[in-house]
Amino acid sequence: MAGEVVLLNFWPSTFGLRVRIALAEKGIKYEYKEEDLSNKSPLLLEMNPIIKQIPVLIHNGKPVCESLLIVQYIDEVWNDKSPLLPSDPCQRAQARFWADFVDKKVYVASRKVWRPKREEQEEGKKEFLETLKTMEGELGDKPYFGGETFGYVDVSFIPFYSWFHAYKVLDNINIEAECPKIDAWAKRCLQKETVAKNFPDKKKVYEFVAQTRKKYVSA
Amino acid sequence: MTSYLCKGNQSSMADQVKLHGTWSSPFVYRVIWALKLKGVPYEYVEEDLFKKSPLLQQYNPVNKKIPVLVHGGKPVCESMIIVEYIDQTWPHNPLLPTDPYEKAMARFWVKFAEDKGSIIGSLFRVSGEEHEKAIKESLEMLKIVEEHGLGEKTFFGGDKIGIVDIAFGAFSHWLGVIEETLGLELLQPNAFPRLHAWTKNFKEVPVIKDNLPDRDKMLVQLKGIREMYLASK
Repeated sequence: MAGEVVLLNFWPSTFGLRVRIALAEKGIKYEYKEEDLSNKSPLLLEMNPIIKQIPVLIHNGKPVCESLLIVQYIDEVWNDKSPLLPSDPCQRAQARFWADFVDKKVYVASRKVWRPKREEQEEGKKEFLETLKTMEGELGDKPYFGGETFGYVDVSFIPFYSWFHAYKVLDNINIEAECPKIDAWAKRCLQKETVAKNFPDKKKVYEFVAQTRKKYVSA
Repeated sequence: MTSYLCKGNQSSMADQVKLHGTWSSPFVYRVIWALKLKGVPYEYVEEDLFKKSPLLQQYNPVNKKIPVLVHGGKPVCESMIIVEYIDQTWPHNPLLPTDPYEKAMARFWVKFAEDKGSIIGSLFRVSGEEHEKAIKESLEMLKIVEEHGLGEKTFFGGDKIGIVDIAFGAFSHWLGVIEETLGLELLQPNAFPRLHAWTKNFKEVPVIKDNLPDRDKMLVQLKGIREMYLASK
C-alpha cells in the first residue's frame, strides 16, 4: 500500500488540488514536484505521453493520470481510512455522476466566461451560474455533498472555490450572493485541515488568473 | 440523478431492471452489452427524444438524456457510470480488472473514449474548414487508440472483452455507418491494422454480434440528420 508516491502538479490547478486533498485525507506522504506547463519536464512527458497534463500521480514508479481517476485510485488503494466514495452501488454511481457534472458542465461553463467577445462573456457567466445553482440544488441542506461526511464529490468540487475570488474581482460574478449554500459549504470544507492546508492563497490565484486571462480576452 | 432517488435499501440482484434508451444510440448499446454479458434480464423502454417521457425527466432531471438504467426503482445515468454500476452490482464475469492500477488504466481509456470519441460524431454538424479539422483530429485520435490503447492485444481487455472494449464499441459498427453517410474512410485497414482487426473481432463476440442496431435503418437515419444540417446552413 505504501511505497513511493510522487505528485506532478501545477500550483493553481483545481484538478491537482483534488489530488492533494485526497492524499491529505488518507494521510499519505508524498513528494511534490511543481511543473512549468510552458516547459514540461521529461518526467511529465514520459509519465503522461498521451494527454501531457498534470496532475499525474506516480505510485511505485507507475503513473496514474486524470484527477478523478487518481482520486478513485487513492481511495481504492488506501482503503483503511477516510473512504471518499460510498460503498452502496447506487450512491457510488450518483457520486460519480456529480463529479462528472463538475467536469463536463461547471468547469466547461467557467471557461466560457473567458470568451473574447463581451456578449459571449455574459452568456458564459449566465451558464456558469446556472451550473453552480444546479450543484446547489443537489447539495440541498446537507453539510457536504457526501452527506454527513466529506466525500468524493466534495473533493471534486471544492478546488473550484479557490478561483471564485478571481471571478468576483475580474468578472463581477458574486457567487456568495448568487449561491449562498455553495458559499457556506465551501467555508465549511475550508475548516477541514486537509483542505485548508492545501488551498492556494486566493490573491495569488487572482494574480495568476488575471495574467493568464490577458492571453484569451481582448480589452 | 439526485440524492432522494437513492433512498431505501440497496437494490438486490433480483430487483427489476429497466433500460430507457433510443434504438440506434451507441451509448445505449454499451449498457445493453454489459447487461447481456452479465446475463441480467431487463425491460427495454424506447424513448422519443423529441417528446421525452415524464418518467425520463423524473429519472434524469439534470440532463434528461438516455440511457437511464432503473434498478429496483432507482435510476442510474450516464452510460459508462451505468456500466460500472452493473459491474459492481453483478460481480460475476467482471468487466473491470481487480488490480487498482489496472483498473485506473482501464478507466483512463474509458475517459479517453468519452472525451475524444465525440469528435467523430461532430463530423455531422460541421462543414468546410471545420470538417477538415475534425477529420484530422479524428485520425490523430484513432492513431493514439491503435498504438497506445490497443497495442498488441486482441481486445482492449486482453484475451476477452472488458469495459474499454465496451467504451470503444461505437468504432465497431457506428463508425462504418458514419463513414458511408459522409463518404469518408477514417478507419483504413492499412493505416490502422490493429484497430481494424479489433472491429472484426469485437463484432464476432456472440453478445455483441446478437446486439447491434440494424445497419440499413441507421444509414437512413444518419443520412437524414446530415441532410437536415446541410439544409439549415
